[in-house]
Amino acid sequence: MTIWFVFALMTVAAIFAVLWPLGRGGRDQSQGSEVAVYKDQLAEIERDLTAGLIAAPEAEAARVEIGRRLLAADSSEPVLAPASNLKWRRTAAVLALVGLPLVAIAVYVPLGSPALRDFPLAERERGAGSGMAQSLENLVVQVQQHLEKNPADGRGWNVLAPVLERLGRFDEAVRAYRNSITYNGESAERRSDLGEAIAAAAGGVVTAEAKTEFERAHALNADDPKANYFLGLAAEQDGRKDDAANIWRALLAKAPADAPWRPLVQTSLARVGGGGVTMPALSDQTIAASKDMNEGDRNAMIRGMVERLATRLKQNGDDVEGWLRLVRAYLVMGDRDKAVGASTDARQAVARDSERLRQLNEGLKTLGLDG
Amino acid sequence: MIAEAGHYALVLALALALIQSFVPVIGARLRDPALMNVARSTALAQLLFVGASFIALVTLHVNSDFSVANVYENSHSMKPLIYKITGVWGNHEGSMLLWVSILALFGGLVAAFGNNLPLSLRAHVLAVQAWIASAFYLFILVTSNPFLRIVNPPIEGRDLNPVLQDIGLAVHPPMLYLGYVGFSISFSFAIAALIEGRIDAAWARWVRPWTLVAWIFLTLGIAMGSYWAYYELGWGGWWFWDPVENASLMPWLAGTALLHSALVMEKRNALKVWTILLSILTFSLSLLGTFLVRSGVITSVHAFANDPTRGVFILLILCLFIGGSLSLFAGRATSLKQGGLFAPISREGALVLNNLLLTVACAVVLFGTLYPLAMEMLADFKMSVGAPFYNLTFAPLFALLLLAVPFGPMLAWKRGDLLGVTQRLLAAGVAGLVIVALVWAWTRGGSALAPLAIGLGVFVIAGAVTDIVERTGLARLPFATVVHRARGLPRSAWGTAFAHAGLGVALIGIVCETTWNSEYIATMKPNDVAQVAGYDLKLDGLLERQGPNYREMIAQFNVSRGGEALSVMTPSKRSFTTRGSSTTEAALLTRGASQLYISLGDVTAEGGIAVRIYHKPMVLMIWWGPVLMAFGGMLSLSDRRLRVGAPKPARAKQRLQPAE
Repeated sequence: MTIWFVFALMTVAAIFAVLWPLGRGGRDQSQGSEVAVYKDQLAEIERDLTAGLIAAPEAEAARVEIGRRLLAADSSEPVLAPASNLKWRRTAAVLALVGLPLVAIAVYVPLGSPALRDFPLAERERGAGSGMAQSLENLVVQVQQHLEKNPADGRGWNVLAPVLERLGRFDEAVRAYRNSITYNGESAERRSDLGEAIAAAAGGVVTAEAKTEFERAHALNADDPKANYFLGLAAEQDGRKDDAANIWRALLAKAPADAPWRPLVQTSLARVGGGGVTMPALSDQTIAASKDMNEGDRNAMIRGMVERLATRLKQNGDDVEGWLRLVRAYLVMGDRDKAVGASTDARQAVARDSERLRQLNEGLKTLGLDG
Repeated sequence: MIAEAGHYALVLALALALIQSFVPVIGARLRDPALMNVARSTALAQLLFVGASFIALVTLHVNSDFSVANVYENSHSMKPLIYKITGVWGNHEGSMLLWVSILALFGGLVAAFGNNLPLSLRAHVLAVQAWIASAFYLFILVTSNPFLRIVNPPIEGRDLNPVLQDIGLAVHPPMLYLGYVGFSISFSFAIAALIEGRIDAAWARWVRPWTLVAWIFLTLGIAMGSYWAYYELGWGGWWFWDPVENASLMPWLAGTALLHSALVMEKRNALKVWTILLSILTFSLSLLGTFLVRSGVITSVHAFANDPTRGVFILLILCLFIGGSLSLFAGRATSLKQGGLFAPISREGALVLNNLLLTVACAVVLFGTLYPLAMEMLADFKMSVGAPFYNLTFAPLFALLLLAVPFGPMLAWKRGDLLGVTQRLLAAGVAGLVIVALVWAWTRGGSALAPLAIGLGVFVIAGAVTDIVERTGLARLPFATVVHRARGLPRSAWGTAFAHAGLGVALIGIVCETTWNSEYIATMKPNDVAQVAGYDLKLDGLLERQGPNYREMIAQFNVSRGGEALSVMTPSKRSFTTRGSSTTEAALLTRGASQLYISLGDVTAEGGIAVRIYHKPMVLMIWWGPVLMAFGGMLSLSDRRLRVGAPKPARAKQRLQPAE
């Protein structure tokens, strides 16, 4: 309701602006005229002459000219008797009182949204009562606002950082992890999380900056799996495949059998040729492309590839490496049942060829599926 | 509440402008002072409401109220405050609101300080202002409304075009608009004079300062825009003959002509009809400029608006005002009183020559701007008219103009003595020739025209100095008298000298930069050294940094000359996540008037980075020139005295020419 009150006040002010001069009837008649200008000009010439800026003959010539114009203006100046026209003044007043609000309403109503209140961001983040769905992004904004005011709240940064990373906002995640380290103190886990975020922001490349973080994490806890994994990845990206394989082998050796990241490391190890069999899972280009995708797209892409592989193997089951790749893919995706199913299918497909069967069983053993 | 109140204020401004369009004109017909005075209070109220509307939009941007579509599309909550504010006019809707706000500001100024104007003239002027304002209010409300709302507001905005996230945006568009829109005042005065059928001395007294204000802002705005393009776009170019730049150059050329003809009119009561025509043309070109930029007819770096309905609407406004005013001119011009007489060789004559050259130059630019558009529209044939065309047409015209510039202020009013002036300019001419010879001897290579052009620049500057020397009598009078006379000299005379010298300065800068700039384009790796114009630039390394709403990669260069370390330059490349685009931030190192310029390209797979390094000799003079010109304009503006051109008394009977 207040909005209409404000509108009404504004309209009254506008109407007043039109009515005011009409009411005063044009009393103060301060206005310039041509004659006044010429008189000023004559005075100016006198001043210039005394200042020595123009010579006497020039001043005289100018004076004559202006005098001539002054005379002409004096005689031609129209005798403007101010006439007051009551009828038209009333019409103008009516125009202001009726026409102005009508035009304003007629234009505003179809365009404006008077029912919609303001939504300044600060107010929205205070949250309650806005009636908006508290989506993840909304919550992030709220936490960020909170942290802007209380930047020393380490717990807040701890909560925020992984969420940002999951949302694909890697740059912000890096900052959040940094702050988390600053206010919560160092730990191998935080350091390697930070390194991971930096690498993610760089499109999956373990940059020198990221590597430093993993090295720090490694120094704090030599068994930190994430740090070890990424140090291996860094070595691989630097072209030191053997170093990478060694790091990952050591990691696998120490790893508990049910560690969720085991298959990932195994795949990587296989990629650098340390897994007994060479198995390029994905081309570098595809990996690079998938790094830029968000979580959903990436999963969809991987699923699509896996499905294509599965169809191909159903038509031609002789490809042992293909089968191993498929099983590994299922393991990476966390689908152990399908992996077991695929290995059974594989055994059936290559059962006639003992050499292939031996290869398959070897491969399955390294993947942790012994039968 | 703020959004809707701002919206409603804009609507009220439209309603007031409509009343202001008719009531004062009727009042002037009936000679009713009350009705005429309505113009004044409505103009002031209009300013109040548009101002409130503009402030409302700024507040919405600052508060990141994403329920307003304009804010959502052009802002981001993480953007620094300054860019939240400048982002208001970094988009089509907001910049049009700025346009009408400035229009209302000028109208308000006329209303507030127009006491010494004849009442009916003031009423007519304000009514014409209201016609323009009504058209643009309607345009904004109907096709580009900045206050439209989103019912379910998104949580984050889409951010401003990163190229515009620069301090240049804070200054360049408002300056340019102050210039463009400032010419609406002389336009309104011209139309008012045509309606009233007479031009009196008060008219001339008023038009010149307004034109001067607009011209100062336009000069600074163009220079600022050029410098912005120079350092932000990363090409090291400062003028591209881009249609959008031409759109601001054309009103400047016409406005400069108007400024000079208004001077003749104020001082000598001559060239009246021509001044009226120029006023109309100048503002028409401003409208054309607004049309070219705002309709999206041209897609270039500036065209961040693209919507055909808008284009058609502005085209209608354009045709209405240009067509209407020119027909009015054709119908009424003959009824205007003819002005004073003067001989062909006189200050007036020189100013007529100035006007002639400037308008022809303006016509050339207009042709070069519109011809490709016409070809594209009619023959579906895309072409571009660039520097070669303008070098052949615009440059000779301007050379001629510059050659004549020193003569103008030294000729006497009404009838002058060309031979005497030539003698007095001899020293300046000799200085110019000496410089030509020196430059020629010094440099090998480059265009043969360059030394000549530099000589011309020196001649223009020396001519401006000569004028002041002559006026103060520096060469022939005792020093005390000279000081006295220099003090007594009207500030407008100093203004003329500065503005004309500014032309020469800019010319020298342009010639030096285009002739002797050197560039180095290569892929560099850390610790590589580039050698450009005697400087050694060593790439120390690349590092990354996080900005408020972007991430930047910085390259660090150590600059040295002859083994002596000078400075560190850090060009960078910023990538903005929200818009997914990036900008180059060039690094500049100023040495005297020359600059070293580094801008970064892409990183290569081998860890190198593409780098463009330029050495631009005397490049800063290109912008010092316009600043000097604007300073001269301000000096002249601050001169509150009346302008009377005292004629030389006739010694012998000379044949006089009519003014028009």
